[in-house]
Amino acid sequence: MKTKLFSYNYENTPIHNLSGLIKFICFLLLTFATMYTYDIRVILGMLVFSLIILRISKIKFSQIKVMLIYVLIFILINAIFTFFFAPEHGTTLYNTRNPIMKLWGNFELTQEQLLYQVTLAFKYLSVVPLGIIFLLTTNPSEFASSVTAVGVPYKASFAISLTLRYFPDILRVYNDISQAQQARGLEMSGKAKMKERVKNSLMIIIPLIFSTLERIEVVTNAMDLRGFGKEKRRTWYCVQKLRPADYYALAVSIVAVLIVASVAYFLNHGRYFNPFI
Amino acid sequence: MKDIFKVTTRTIVAAGLGAALFALLFMFVKIPSPVPGTYIQTAYGLAGFFGVLFGPIATGLMAFIGHAISDAVQYGSPWWSWVISSGIAGFIYGFAFKRTRVEEGIFGGKDILTYNIIQVIGNAIAWILVAPVLDIVIYAEPANKVFAQGLMAFASNSVVAGVVGTLLLLAYAATRTRKGSLSKKS
Repeated sequence: MKTKLFSYNYENTPIHNLSGLIKFICFLLLTFATMYTYDIRVILGMLVFSLIILRISKIKFSQIKVMLIYVLIFILINAIFTFFFAPEHGTTLYNTRNPIMKLWGNFELTQEQLLYQVTLAFKYLSVVPLGIIFLLTTNPSEFASSVTAVGVPYKASFAISLTLRYFPDILRVYNDISQAQQARGLEMSGKAKMKERVKNSLMIIIPLIFSTLERIEVVTNAMDLRGFGKEKRRTWYCVQKLRPADYYALAVSIVAVLIVASVAYFLNHGRYFNPFI
Repeated sequence: MKDIFKVTTRTIVAAGLGAALFALLFMFVKIPSPVPGTYIQTAYGLAGFFGVLFGPIATGLMAFIGHAISDAVQYGSPWWSWVISSGIAGFIYGFAFKRTRVEEGIFGGKDILTYNIIQVIGNAIAWILVAPVLDIVIYAEPANKVFAQGLMAFASNSVVAGVVGTLLLLAYAATRTRKGSLSKKS
């Protein structure tokens, strides 16, 4: 079983060499731009753009295969749910109704619904590469300093670096406990009944949680003894100085956001691209 | 307020390690529910437990970071509306901090009731109110779909926080030394 949360490997690419802070800001800017817009053209453009960045940062397909499968399953289930709950949502968004074909009962497929759901699916798909790029090309030790630099209190960002630091440790403890319990005959697979499974998962998480509580005391004491939280500000071990490339990356992201905003403002007069009027 | 918002080193460490634990449970200790593709998340039981032990700031941070990290690792990008709702749910669970006698080794009927009322309120605000509204605002999803999902999440998370959380608290109370458990021998 893998004990690492995700695989950060340093490669010498322009994306890896950007400072964590800039990557975090770009990630947030581009994500929010993609979440805001409902224009399929902009979203496809964003998707192509992020795929190019993915290419430049030399992320291998094997690194992201599992994520991709999860996302596709999620998008599929979400699309089915959306259609069953609101087959006419597209019609209300776009204020027109162009039926394509009758399905069954009251369900009718309309062009508006099709456009809405395709847009939605691509919208979800296009934020994924952005997250993956940020996650896989940023040194985890740089996360905390980046998050602090955008204005989050340093104590909160310290919690993030504690999480990243202790996840592998806790995962190892979890595996030990889980295997020990299974060796004693604890059934965790689908063979056990629902109630049994709930009970059995408790048999694993109770020792796990109580060992973590002890660890919390130990780490708290260690940090208190080193004077954590005495000052208003703190410095970080991993901070990169900003270089020209960082400013270029920031400029590119800001331009992308401006494009999204101006397309919304001048062309679409709102969030939605409406080809039906 | 009995100082439940005070941020100490312990708050930060509890949030950090709690988030690691939360992310782990979120990814590996989920129980498949009858509805395909959805899971009963034991992580919210943990969040309820941490709420009573460490307060709103620690639990809110823990659920937010834990959910964001497990989303990022599984899907590449966090699903912000639900990540924020998780944070809010955790924050409200934290109002049970210092309202029960669990640190004195007692977790009886009254304490169980207090804890469960608070966690149900937290879940209701997070999943019936905040998550669907954010889904509509951020992702323009159809209202009846997101409210149906919200109701489902509310039901399953309240049950988990109720059952798992209460059991964890009972187990924890048993490890505490009761007040006045020592008597002087004359």
